[in-house]
Parts: sequence; structure tokens; C-alpha cells
Amino acid sequence: MPHHSSFIASRRNLLKLAAATGAVGALGLTGLVRAAKTIPTNARIVIVGAGAGGTALANRLVERLEGAKITLVDGRQEHYYQPGFSLIAAGLQPVGYSISKTRDWLPSSVTLIAESAADIDPVAKTVSTTGGQKLDYDFLVVAPGLVLDHGAIEGFSLDMVGKNGIGALYAGPEYAGRTWEAASKFTEEGGVGLFTRPATEMKCAGAPLKHTFLVDDIASRGGAKGKYEAHYACPQKVLFSVPIVSEKVRMLFGSRNIAPHYGHTLKAVDPGRKIAFFETPAADPSTGTAATSTVEMPYDYIHIIPPQRAPEVIRQSGLSWADKWTDQGWVECDKQTLRHLRYPEIFALGDVAGVPKGKTAASVKWQVPVVEDHLIAAIEGREGTETYNGYTSCPMITRVGRAMLVEFDYNDNLVPSFPGIIAPLEELWISWLMKEVALKATYNAMLRGKA
Amino acid sequence: MNQLTLETMIAVFEEIFGRGLWWIMVAVAAAITVLYLYVLIRDRSMSMRKFLWAQLSMPFGAIAAVLYVQAMTSSRFSDIGGPIDVIMLLGIALLGAIGCAILVYTIQSLFRGKSERPISEQPTIVG
Repeated sequence: MPHHSSFIASRRNLLKLAAATGAVGALGLTGLVRAAKTIPTNARIVIVGAGAGGTALANRLVERLEGAKITLVDGRQEHYYQPGFSLIAAGLQPVGYSISKTRDWLPSSVTLIAESAADIDPVAKTVSTTGGQKLDYDFLVVAPGLVLDHGAIEGFSLDMVGKNGIGALYAGPEYAGRTWEAASKFTEEGGVGLFTRPATEMKCAGAPLKHTFLVDDIASRGGAKGKYEAHYACPQKVLFSVPIVSEKVRMLFGSRNIAPHYGHTLKAVDPGRKIAFFETPAADPSTGTAATSTVEMPYDYIHIIPPQRAPEVIRQSGLSWADKWTDQGWVECDKQTLRHLRYPEIFALGDVAGVPKGKTAASVKWQVPVVEDHLIAAIEGREGTETYNGYTSCPMITRVGRAMLVEFDYNDNLVPSFPGIIAPLEELWISWLMKEVALKATYNAMLRGKA
Repeated sequence: MNQLTLETMIAVFEEIFGRGLWWIMVAVAAAITVLYLYVLIRDRSMSMRKFLWAQLSMPFGAIAAVLYVQAMTSSRFSDIGGPIDVIMLLGIALLGAIGCAILVYTIQSLFRGKSERPISEQPTIVG
């Protein structure tokens, strides 16, 4: 295009300008079209785990790749919508609300092996299943979720859930349903409600608080009104990892008369006597050195969340961090790209990833496009550009009908999706509507690779 | 939320009301709208008498819509926590009011016919 010595805003020049802009626009569009075109490849991609992360990624990869052999390995036939557990455990949704079939979410071109991964060999690049199948891979995505170490709580076993005032909503939809059986009795009869959380990293660190708030709210309206007290015992020194949110929760606890007990790690329960045993830090009276002591707390209703760790197959495969979370075994990966630091053809996704935050479905939603980008870039022989900033969202339910839409990143910054419209630290009805009704639809869209 | 598409919005509404109920509601709303357009075209004018009744029905439509949404989402008026909630509530009420007005107008037109006022009161249509 010839250069003009001076720009005269004549109609002709304006037309030229418009044409030039159009050309740039068209170029941009071509770029987009090219990016959306499918890439021919014969790469073998194995995804361990068909939960939120594995399923969403499989659906997106199928859209992007032509000829790739994508295999998902997961021993559980049912897909759990885990954000629904809190609602089930408060009697707001039925057990079936969180259960669907894994296969129904997957495209037919993806192979689903209904067995668990038994062994991963990152050097030979193979995954062995419990049924004895051996899968070779070019790229591996580990997304098996995490395991709940119920055995770590002495005196407790899952068959106790729902009876004698014991709840454990993390254990699955059925247990969330049984948790409500125990919790609803408390909300009618009153007594001492004791809510706990573990010392390890955990999925959705807001859920222990949500359950506390919900049970307290329902009890305050129900038969237990004026006849109950609520206690929240946590191993940490704060109520939430993000300081500004922690302070807000502390204030809410204050206004609702929910007593916080910091530095309390649940170690054992005596279901017969209805007493919980907590380990607390204490100074040795004779030497003054740091020690621990055991504190007994009585309860009429207790909510148990056990320590959480990476599945055994991950911890045995040599994929875990050697110097971080050594008792928990999360996968060693770059916190921005989720790529394994020692095996570049391996990515971690979801709960199992050894990153500071992000064991929620909302994190998965933001992690999946990042893994997709870097995996496809690797197939094409280039470097990916997408990064994950630690985004996590927690619609923190504070009452039936109200929630705070808390969103934050690795740096503990609040990153509201709707700044100026939906305040993150305000208890709002609209945030409740999002959690109660809009979240599952968005989640389902994510599973299909659409959002 | 990083992608808000029509598909997602439809999925959200299916989730709120249940797939069957949502699409029945859409079908009913579409049918009423079509009938409303039908009576407008048939009569070639707005009847102010019918419109008055339609307007009188609006508060009831507003209240009904709010109570309906609250019932579907385990919510109460005391859950209103900030300005955006009030806007949300008014929005739902407004939709209910307009929907009810259209419904009442259409029903009157369909069942009471078009000539219930003297011809002289009807606006002149030019062109």
C-alpha cells in the first residue's frame, strides 16, 4: 500500500483505512480458522482418570486432533459431580444429583478402559492396568484425583457415616446423603456440632466451611433453634488460605457464634462416647520445647474430613515431588503449564497436580485449556503459550439462599469474574443462584469441552 | 466463567427448571407470543380496555414470577444481600409482569373477540 505524505480524511482515504483494517481482520480470522483446524497425528495419548479433568480434556482433544489414539483409564463407571456433595449433605439435593455415567460424557472415538491404573513407568512410557493391560503412550495426562485416607482417623470407618451423629460428605454421593441423615437429626434436636478439616492439602478447602454454615443455618431455623452450639476445628492457624477471605469468614463465624479452634488436627473418634480426639501444639512444661498434646471434644454431630493424598499408583511411579508434600505425593509439575518437570511428555491435571492451589472443578476448567495447548504444541513440535495462574473459584455458601462468590489465584489475589457487579466478599442471593443452579450446567458444558 | 455462550445459558436454564419443564415453559411462552401477534394482526389495533386489564394483572405476574423462582431455588426474600440481588429480583418481577400482561391480553382477545368498544373509540389506522 502506498504511503501518503499527509493524511486527509477524505472519503477515499477512509475507505482505504477500512480496507486495511478489513485485511488485518481477515488475517486474524485466518489465524483463528487455522488454529481451530484439526491436526493430523498418530500420537498415543493416555489419560489416567475420567473425572472432570480427564473427561473435559478428552472432549477437547478429540475436537483438535485427527487420528490420535486417546485412551482413558478409570476403574469407576460413575461420574461424580463433586461440587454437588455439599448440597446433598445439607438435604438440598437428592443423592442422584451428583451421579452420572462416565461413558455418557465421552465421544465414541475415545477408548475408555474400565480398570484402574496399577503402574506407571515414565521411563518406558507405559501404563499398566489392574486388569493386566499394558498401554504404551507418547503423551500421558495424570488426572486420577486424590484418595481420602479415612484409615488415618482412628476409630472411624465409612460404615459409621449417617449413624450416631457422624457425617463425612467427601466420601461420595451416597455418603453425602447419609451425612445429611446425621446432620438433619442434629438440626432438629440440637447439641454440640463439631466440624473439622484435615492438615493435608485438600479438595475444595471451602467445603468444610460451607457444611458448617449450612448446618448452622438449618439448625437455627429448625427444631434445634437455641439448643445447639457449633464448633469449627482446623489444624491451620487461619480459616481459609486466602487472608482476606479468612478474615471475612472469621467475622461471619463471630456473628453466627460458630467457635473456631485453631491448631486442632482430628486424630481419633470414640463413636460410643461421642468424643473426638485432636492433636494440638503445646510446649513441653519441663523443657519448653515444642510438643503436642491431645484435646478431647464432645459432640452430638461431627463432620469428618480425612487427610488427602495422591493415589498409590502415582506415589509409587516416581512422579511425585521429592521435596514437597512428601507425605501426600502430589505430582511434580510446573505450576504454570502443569507439565512434569522431569518427564516433559507427562502432564498433571486436577486434584493430583502438585501446585499450591487448585483442587476444585473451577480450577480444572482453567487447567484443561492449558494442558490442551501444551500437549498439542508438543505434537506440532512447538512451544505452548497458555498458562494457568492458579485460578480457583469457591462459591462459599453461608446460608441456604446466600453465598459469596470467592475467586482467587496463586498470589491470594481476588480475581472476580464480575467486578463491580458481584462483590466477592458479600453474602449474595445471586451468588447462591450461581452455585445452586448455574454451576452444574457450566460444569456439564465443561465436561463436554464447551466451556 | 470464561466462556458464556447461548449453549451454556440454555444448559443453565435446563438445570434450574429441569429439562422437561424448561422446554415446556419455552414452548408455552412461544405459543403465547405467537397468539399475541396473531390477535394483534387480526384486530389491526390495540384494545385499550383489554390493555387495561392486562396492566392490572402485571403486579400479580411480577409476584408470581418471584415466588416461583424462589421456590425453585430454595430461596427467600431475606436472602437479598446487596444491590445486584435487588436488580435480579426486579428483573424477574419485570419479566413476570410483562409475560402476564401479554398472556391476559391474548386470552381476552381470543375469548372475548375484538369488538367490545364502539368503533369511534378505536384508533384510526393510516396507510
